[in-house]
Amino acid sequence: MASKFTRSNSTGWLMAGPAAVLMGLFIVLPFLFAIGLSFTNQRLISPNPTQFVGLSNYSQLLGVGLLTLEPERNEAGDVVRAEDGAVSYPALRGYTRNNPDYPQLDGMREWFSFSLGESRTYVLARDVVFAKAVVNTIIFVLVVAPVQGGLALVLALLINQKLRGINVFRAIYFMPVVVSIVVVSLLWRFIYDGQSGLLNNLLSALTFGAFPRIDWLGNPSTALGAIIAMSIWQAVGFHMVIWLSGLQTISPSLYEAAAIEGASKWQTFRYVTWPGLRNTAVLVLIVITMQAFALFAQIDVMTSGGPLDSTQTIVFQAVERGYGKQDISGGSTISVILFVFVLAISLLQRWLTREKK
Amino acid sequence: MKSLRLLATSIAITTAMSSAAFAQTTLTMWYHGAGNEVESSIVNQIISDFNASQSDWVVEMQSFPQAAYNDSVVAGALAGNLPDILDVDGPVMPNWAWSGYMQPLQIDEAKIANYLPGTKGVWNGELYSIGLWDAAISLVTRQSYLDELGLRTPTLAEPWTGEEFMDALAKAKASGNFDYALDLGTAWTGEWYPYAFSPFLQSFGGDIIDRSTYTSAEGVLNGDAAVAFGNWWQGLFEDGYAQATQDPADRDNGFNSGKYAFSWNGNWAALGTLDAYDDVLFLPAPDFGNGSKIGAASWQFGVSAASEHPEGASAFIEFALQDKYLAEFSNGIGLIPATASAAAMTENYKEGGPLAVFFDLSEAQALVRPVTPGYVVAAKVFEKALADIANGADVQDALDSAVDEIDADVAKNDNYGF
Repeated sequence: MASKFTRSNSTGWLMAGPAAVLMGLFIVLPFLFAIGLSFTNQRLISPNPTQFVGLSNYSQLLGVGLLTLEPERNEAGDVVRAEDGAVSYPALRGYTRNNPDYPQLDGMREWFSFSLGESRTYVLARDVVFAKAVVNTIIFVLVVAPVQGGLALVLALLINQKLRGINVFRAIYFMPVVVSIVVVSLLWRFIYDGQSGLLNNLLSALTFGAFPRIDWLGNPSTALGAIIAMSIWQAVGFHMVIWLSGLQTISPSLYEAAAIEGASKWQTFRYVTWPGLRNTAVLVLIVITMQAFALFAQIDVMTSGGPLDSTQTIVFQAVERGYGKQDISGGSTISVILFVFVLAISLLQRWLTREKK
Repeated sequence: MKSLRLLATSIAITTAMSSAAFAQTTLTMWYHGAGNEVESSIVNQIISDFNASQSDWVVEMQSFPQAAYNDSVVAGALAGNLPDILDVDGPVMPNWAWSGYMQPLQIDEAKIANYLPGTKGVWNGELYSIGLWDAAISLVTRQSYLDELGLRTPTLAEPWTGEEFMDALAKAKASGNFDYALDLGTAWTGEWYPYAFSPFLQSFGGDIIDRSTYTSAEGVLNGDAAVAFGNWWQGLFEDGYAQATQDPADRDNGFNSGKYAFSWNGNWAALGTLDAYDDVLFLPAPDFGNGSKIGAASWQFGVSAASEHPEGASAFIEFALQDKYLAEFSNGIGLIPATASAAAMTENYKEGGPLAVFFDLSEAQALVRPVTPGYVVAAKVFEKALADIANGADVQDALDSAVDEIDADVAKNDNYGF
């Protein structure tokens, strides 16, 4: 069953060889190590021997629990209400810390909670920081993938014209991609500065001082948004170039035919350009998704996961634990979880964007 | 053919070189001060003096930028590639010693008898590292501010109490002369948090970890004293006395340009402040009930476990422990010399010198950070807890989860040998 792939293909293997060996050595092998280490208690540095701990790293990261609490009542059995009518509940730490009646909740913390009627249901997580990191990363991907891809397409359509000096615009849009993300992040830290940042000054000048100064990166409700905006801006040029290459593979004769048929601009885009970009779209979407899941440098430089964990991300947590807290097994476990995650999403995307026959 | 000849030549040269240095053994040394010219020139001076002073050893130094230094040492250790002599940040030393990167120093105890306590890196009853200097923190302000606000000038013997301190902040805020009453330096993330702020916690009566066992933080980091500290800490930001996120530029120049009434800052920044104002005061830390406390221990020298010539490495470190070098470091980069006799030789720390107060602060109030291999992790956990509390997290919850994380880490490491 020798296929064309393996037969008389030595030149091909030879050419792919160096890259394949390097990738195997620096990507595949470390990843296999990570899978192995995630079942141990390996430390970065330690005189203690490494021990096999089974799935405890995973249960430590992914453990969640539910707790429903009744409001506090007075002796008559009525719900105690504060002056503003707010109901108070017993402190969670009475249940999650050293309470022999609730051993399964020991060490858990509140992730979020909601009210059903009078009682309040708490969703607890064994590792709230990781839970928040997962949610933040998903939000980041869900926003960045469509917005960055769409914006890049718009830019690509704009610069896909034969105009004098169009290369200047191409260069300008592409410039942030060439600059190191660390440098870009440092610069945007100044732009987002809460006191005298460019963005605050701009907004206050535009609104004649009516717009309040916001500490963009220091406020839990704006920090992730600020990083999303900056990340979209930084990498949009890269995807613009990919779209552009896709646009230029579409035969001009199709556009001529559309023009002769009297198609409007929208119709031309909808029935000529977009179908021609199909494969490019799949590529752009998958690349952005993967890059977005790997969000790290911006966080490391700009917020270190804060304030109040509003910008924790999966990869940042992996590095923070593995290296910062010397817990290689914990970091490896996060990497493996991320891998499974990204793999599942890529497969789903492949399936959703498959050629329907 | 050509390359073969080249190889032969280079082997010949190498042999010639090693026979020239026949009697001498080379000791390698890593230092964290790359990029700081003054510091490098002083270290180089010590090395060349040492090399000239005897004929057994030749020390060769390799400098690293401070931000990458610890990572380089860890990477070097994992690769089995450590130098003979290395320098180490005081609180990190137990971690490296426990991990087997360092070995005890072989130097005469008498030589360091009169060294400031914070400069001695002792772990498990043995001296692993020794510093030529220490660092200290003070509450920086100006006499004119105190007079304007009608505040008592605190002294080492009688520092401000917690109430007096809060009263001072309230008055500074009410005066309207400042952007913020207090500059805590929240812009400096990382080790600054445990170094600068855990002494407040200790003054309240809590600590990062229970120092009687070093195996748990339960009760000390989330007990009543710690919660009182946490509420106080959160209040600083909620009441608008300090900023939870600070522009690094404000940290560097804010006090010197009049934005803050008080600045919680180290002796290394003192010279700049003295240039800016002529009535600067370096006040002791406020006493929140358990005495005024400040952090101790800075960078220190030690010998790596991989060294084949620990006696040579120790000889070099012992050689460096001369008052003249201590004084040179102090004059060059403003550090607190480790001995009183060296302090007398410096411009800033001699009796009546502008920074002499730091020497006294260091002597009277300094408390080393918890001496345990687990400190590296506990410090990060503590930093996150403080940042979260400053940003409005529930104090008890934030401290509880810090305790859980520290305890889990200790357990994961078989109690770090305690």
